[in-house]
Amino acid sequence: MQAEYDIVVIGAGPAGLAAAIEAKKNGIESVLLVDRDRELGGILQQCIHNGFGLHYFKEELTGPEYAERFINELETLRIEYKLETMVIDLTKDRVVTMVNSKDGLLTVKAKAIVLAMGCRERTRGALNIPGTRPAGIFTAGTAQRFVNMEGYMPGKRVVILGSGDIGLIMARRMTLEGAKVLAVVELLPFSSGLTRNIVQCLEDFEIPLYLSHTITNIKGNHRLEGVCMAKVDDNRQPIEGTEIFIECDTLLLSVGLIPENELSKSADIEIDAKTGGPIVSESMETSTDGIFACGNVVHVHDLADYVTLEAQRAGRSAAKYVKESFNHKKPVICVKPGQGIRYVVPHFVNFDNLEGNLELFMRVDNVYKEKNLIVKLDDEILANVNKKRLVPGEIEHIKINAKKIHNKAVSCITVEVQRERA
Amino acid sequence: MEVNMERRNMICIACPLGCRIEVFKNENESGFSVTGNQCKRGKDYGVKEMTNPTRLLTTTVKLRNSYLKRLPVRTDLPIPKEMIASCMSEINRIEVCAPLKAGVVLIRNILNTGVNVITSRSISAKS
Repeated sequence: MQAEYDIVVIGAGPAGLAAAIEAKKNGIESVLLVDRDRELGGILQQCIHNGFGLHYFKEELTGPEYAERFINELETLRIEYKLETMVIDLTKDRVVTMVNSKDGLLTVKAKAIVLAMGCRERTRGALNIPGTRPAGIFTAGTAQRFVNMEGYMPGKRVVILGSGDIGLIMARRMTLEGAKVLAVVELLPFSSGLTRNIVQCLEDFEIPLYLSHTITNIKGNHRLEGVCMAKVDDNRQPIEGTEIFIECDTLLLSVGLIPENELSKSADIEIDAKTGGPIVSESMETSTDGIFACGNVVHVHDLADYVTLEAQRAGRSAAKYVKESFNHKKPVICVKPGQGIRYVVPHFVNFDNLEGNLELFMRVDNVYKEKNLIVKLDDEILANVNKKRLVPGEIEHIKINAKKIHNKAVSCITVEVQRERA
Repeated sequence: MEVNMERRNMICIACPLGCRIEVFKNENESGFSVTGNQCKRGKDYGVKEMTNPTRLLTTTVKLRNSYLKRLPVRTDLPIPKEMIASCMSEINRIEVCAPLKAGVVLIRNILNTGVNVITSRSISAKS
């Protein structure tokens, strides 16, 4: 079976929902949204905590409530979607191959594609923790789905490795459900989670956070019996003699997220090694014509609200592309991370497609206090913003008026953290 | 835990920005001054943390007649922080049946707090 659509959106989490809605609102009638899960909303459905929507809706919602607003809008706009449908291939000519139990194998040709596959959790395999392989070791997100949707409690005495947001949220969640969370263990000297989550998930429940510590061994035959925790030095190596044994039946891993880009790679899309996601333009177009990307598949965001805004940009751009008002003229300006910056999104700017403001999103590579973030257009300073505190766990965002960039023969925008004065 | 009732440094959790604020006792109307906050909610949060700290409680309840086993619920307003455990015990006693709409009151005025427990998503029945 072969079908044709103007726009196919892959993934129906916060990014895919917003992109599909925005494409339709921008005059595209033929939009198809595809997801492998049995319902729309993606990971939002398991994020039952509050904190969503403060920026976008100016009110505080839970994940499922945030998703429901978009799902309702999608239904009202009569946007077509397929659930329990797995996309198995994508070509650079925008042919999508998908499979489900109703249609069988289905090939869809699209004028434009929006990638919104999100990300996956890093697992124990990616960490190489020594020890046995007993039951009781889960990624934090898997445990979240078990507890909040499927009705299984992973265990009673819990250690959490990694202080990313999902780990912090799960520390509170497991405690509320009657488990004892013995420790949250973080390799780095700072948490990679949002500060508010340290306060309301750990401090509120007096859960200890061990910074500059790691798990050095996993013990247990059938079920996890305990883990060894040790202090680490400045090179993140365990310090001999600091090891202690913690008896526990469950280990949750919250050790990072990896954008899920197998499909992007099959369409020859260029990937940024730092973000793990596609290289994108100001319009969220990838290196392949007509294929756009947004949300955590591009880079891991802190907040769903920012995913929504980025996805709307991708949806609008895809609509513009289909209506052939999209400009592919070179030259483009490259955007580069300078000193102190790990990455910047977008990676390049085609100023003919720039509307209003250029929005730059970046992560710093370390903790900085009282520093300026400086945006330069070649040698000219475009923005110089003072920041009380910069941490790798929180995305920084700088808006630049497009008028400042237009019609200038420039080659490169760089963002950097102000250097120490000599 | 010893808590200084005169002056405290804290992190505002009213939104994900996480402003570092300082709250100290003075003679004005609320009894406290707040510095370091970027919006009005930060001031309210600081004063509240000194007088009556509250939290929104989100959890799940047992769900029948659905493809899911648990339904997410939340309090419609924040509850006093020290009542989190007792409210959890109350909420854990109930069981609901799909279909249900989001925002339906499941427990009215939980433990006389004046706060309701509501469903936080819609759920269709098992097909």
